[in-house]
Amino acid sequence: MIEATALTKAYGATTAVNELTFTARSGRVTGFLGPNGAGKSTTMRLVVGLDSPDAGTVLVDGVPYRELKDPLRTVGAMLDATWRHPGRGGRDHLRWLAATNGIPEQRVDQLLELVGLKSVEKTRVGRYSLGMQQRLGIAAALLGDPRVLLFDEPVNGLDPEGMAWIRQLLHSLAAEGRTVFVSSHLLPEMAQTAQDLVVIGRGRLIYQGTMDDFVARTSRHGVRVRTPHADELRAALTGQVEFTEEDGAFVVSGVDSDRIGQLAFDAGATLHELSPIAGSLEQAYLDLTREAVEFSSAVSPSEVTP
Amino acid sequence: MNLLAVERIKLFTTRSPWWCALITIALSVGFAAILAGATESTDSLTVSATQFGGSQFGIAVVMVLAALAVTTEYRFNTIRTTFQAVPHRSPALVAKAVVVGLVSLILGEIAGFGAWGLAVLMRPNDNLALTTGQDWANVAGLGLVFAFSAVLAVAVGIMIRHSAGAIALLLIYTLAVESLVQLIPKIGNHIHEWMPFNVANKFLVGSTPAGNGPPPSDSPLSPGWALAYFAGISIVFLLVALGVAKKRDA
Repeated sequence: MIEATALTKAYGATTAVNELTFTARSGRVTGFLGPNGAGKSTTMRLVVGLDSPDAGTVLVDGVPYRELKDPLRTVGAMLDATWRHPGRGGRDHLRWLAATNGIPEQRVDQLLELVGLKSVEKTRVGRYSLGMQQRLGIAAALLGDPRVLLFDEPVNGLDPEGMAWIRQLLHSLAAEGRTVFVSSHLLPEMAQTAQDLVVIGRGRLIYQGTMDDFVARTSRHGVRVRTPHADELRAALTGQVEFTEEDGAFVVSGVDSDRIGQLAFDAGATLHELSPIAGSLEQAYLDLTREAVEFSSAVSPSEVTP
Repeated sequence: MNLLAVERIKLFTTRSPWWCALITIALSVGFAAILAGATESTDSLTVSATQFGGSQFGIAVVMVLAALAVTTEYRFNTIRTTFQAVPHRSPALVAKAVVVGLVSLILGEIAGFGAWGLAVLMRPNDNLALTTGQDWANVAGLGLVFAFSAVLAVAVGIMIRHSAGAIALLLIYTLAVESLVQLIPKIGNHIHEWMPFNVANKFLVGSTPAGNGPPPSDSPLSPGWALAYFAGISIVFLLVALGVAKKRDA
């Protein structure tokens, strides 16, 4: 479990993290979302004691990181896969890291097998592809068999197969009771991976709760209906129904698709399309963080014409 | 203990420390060969002259090796991974200074005895036997001077973090600054008497005038105290560096 309380960190005049309070529960994959510059990486660095907060605390299983003996055995963090010497071999990189916390070398070999890098263990890391470096970083995070895991953008540079593999890995780690805290920009991927969400913007907490609740908040609900007999259908749909027109179709909210189908049939209205619109993580996220985007482009693409 | 193994692995699994080591030994032994070859057959080569390459230039390369051991960690951010693993930070940095210091000690012994040995082979008639204590200090002591110079360089590397900056500072200092300080009128010589590498030289060559090697040191300390002074300065620098590294954001 990761508990942050009123966490605050400023670099000069910029407050990167502002009174941030959240909890990442164990046994769950908690997604950490936010626009660029929201303070996600700073928060993760504060969790592992690389930076000191100006105010507030962050505890890992009830203890500040710096008080952990052999911290790699409690917290495995991959904050940036590029934190490695390009001239050193992959296996040597893991070897020295394992030695810092007294982790035996067999574990290094185990993990190289797990992430699929055994065949290139002697190759200099500078020659690794981006995906291979990500996998090495993940191996490094798992060295100490930790109860708490933090990943900052773990699927960067991975092919679809790699992304699916990570997703499965994160789920199985969480299923084992570990705390898994993942930040990412890839919303479709996050939607499939995370069960809980912490959303921040401009250093502040915007949302904390489950993924399902978050998605349910999106404005786009309802059922998309296309019919040549719009008037008949409208007449048939009485009561608390919202009816908005869009792209040659209607979005009906307040009634489920089964009911609409039945009513349309009774009213003799032909339906060309009847599809429920599920809220999407992307829509919910964009709606919520619209105000909090730090670095937005001022010009929309259509204005930049040759 | 683990941390010493960590630093040993880090040092030996990249290429530049090996190259620096090679260059150090080559410079020391090479200079001895040049001096041995170039000295007139009527002149006599002295023990301290054989150590000229090592004590003047080998030191500089060892300090580059030591500084790089730290600054490349900052450059490639492995220092952050290290601090994740060792949140108290100082133990890891001290272990690094110890390992780099020990490696430099060994390098210094190889360089010192290698240079001396080659000179003996090339000029067997020149009375190069290690008879006095000062002779032994000159050759075997090179390792000690290398070791503490390395610790000093590690401290500078921690404070500056930037490879090019740290190396430039160390090289310019060792090769030029101390000599140039003597040019300052009135106080130059006084300051020079207490500058660290000048004092280290006192430990190595004592007060005997050299033949064709480096000039004797003007430090008022005895050779034994000179070593203690030099060691003390390097340790003070390290302690300051540790304090800075602990408080800074990683």
